[in-house]
Amino acid sequence: MDATMTQTDNNAPASSHGIASSLFENPNAKRLRLSDERIALEVENLNLFYGEEQALKNISLRLAANRVTAFIGPSGCGKSTLLRCFNRMNDLVDSCSIEGAIRLEGKDIYDRKVDVAELRRRVGMVFQKPNPFPKTIYENVAYGLRLQGVRNRKVLDEVVERSLRGAALWDEVKDRLNQNAFGLSGGQQQRLVIARAIAIEPDVILLDEPASALDPISTAKIEELIYELKEDYTILIVTHNMQQAARVSDYTAYMYLGEMVEYGDTMTLFTNPSKKATEDYITGRYG
Amino acid sequence: MDQSSLGGHYLEKYNEELETLRLRVLNMGALVEQQVANAVKALATADTALADEVIQEDVRVNSLEVVIDEHCSEILARHQPAASDLRFILAIIKTITDLERIGDQAEKVARMALHLAEKDRPRNQYNDVKALGDKVTQLVHNAVDAFARLDVDTAVATAREDINVDRDYEAVMRQHITFMMEDPRTISRALDVVWAIRALERVGDHARNMCEYVIYLVKGKDVRHISLDEMERIARGEDVKDKNAE
Repeated sequence: MDATMTQTDNNAPASSHGIASSLFENPNAKRLRLSDERIALEVENLNLFYGEEQALKNISLRLAANRVTAFIGPSGCGKSTLLRCFNRMNDLVDSCSIEGAIRLEGKDIYDRKVDVAELRRRVGMVFQKPNPFPKTIYENVAYGLRLQGVRNRKVLDEVVERSLRGAALWDEVKDRLNQNAFGLSGGQQQRLVIARAIAIEPDVILLDEPASALDPISTAKIEELIYELKEDYTILIVTHNMQQAARVSDYTAYMYLGEMVEYGDTMTLFTNPSKKATEDYITGRYG
Repeated sequence: MDQSSLGGHYLEKYNEELETLRLRVLNMGALVEQQVANAVKALATADTALADEVIQEDVRVNSLEVVIDEHCSEILARHQPAASDLRFILAIIKTITDLERIGDQAEKVARMALHLAEKDRPRNQYNDVKALGDKVTQLVHNAVDAFARLDVDTAVATAREDINVDRDYEAVMRQHITFMMEDPRTISRALDVVWAIRALERVGDHARNMCEYVIYLVKGKDVRHISLDEMERIARGEDVKDKNAE
């Protein structure tokens, strides 16, 4: 592929024929490289145990800022566990112990001085099942800000509107902000939860199977939203839907039995992966 | 990707679909190879019945192309293949286009065979055309074989062999230009021969294309429009694999 790329670039007749030169660009030329990225999160020699059971084995990887990174792998491979490490959700599991480091913008999030509540403000999370609070649509989105002590109605109104617009939900709910959030459809509830997450302006958004309980149209809306959100946020997504990972992500990590098998740009991983185990998984073969 | 890696999906139906598709392509390849061989034979032996048969059989080549294309789009829609499976489908979609065009060239040779059968035969009994035609037939055979066995070595060797075909084509061409200059009464016959050898030369180019798809399929690298040496390096896996991530 690379050879063609060079040739195409050299020979591109480009604008002299009135054809946009971008049409001659080989898509390969745009393949992403981690070395060109700003790194938002860095995982170093991460080992995680649930009691005696080791769930993550010596994981090291760097995650690009303002990109979507997908974690794929069979059930029990550790992808959700890894995702939950990024906002220390695993702290809530008694038997869980962690070795190694995760750095957010260079700072170790497992450092004793870290305020976990503040960490979770910076690293928001959305789960498989939409979990709005039993409150109005407005109050769901404003919740995080109220917790921070924001009382100014004007500020709250602005943030609620901006967040709902950001989550591509505003037009559907602007006339019923004071109705209970449970009245929304599953897809709308999921976007509401995303609006709630972005209302407090996090740096990173963790999405754990965000569309697996949704119909294709709602799924498409969530995926469209992910494209837009990466302008402002670093997004990590766990998904069982391989086509979804291929569609929405810039980088993909394939995990198996707690290990990181292959990690790289999504295009390469889905057209020409370097490990046979990855190939077997994404093509639906038994290894 | 090696030959054994086509199967092995959890979904047995998917394995069957891919295997059926592969067999269809091999069938089409065998038919097309036979078409070229028969067209060359018909020309060399002035066998008009055989030439007619080649012309009629082209319909089957065309319909196989349509059937295989349909099958590919069905697999794309139903299974959304990835990685080597995706390359397999893409390589087939391109391969059958070249096979269909080889079929068209065989038909052209057969038509020239019909024209030439009505004319005086030269002293060499079209040995030169026959030799070129045999070489080209072998090229098609090897290209299909490389696909069948996912054999990049054969693919590279076959692509290289196309250079010899081009050289032979030019030699036969020069010879016929000489004939025409020496004796204008041979012009009509010589032009038919030139059309036929031109078609054979094109068959060689299509066979080379097919070899490129085999390398793409197995190695995941696009080797079109590059030198043979570079192609060989890629086929041997000696190119620098660009690592996008650690």
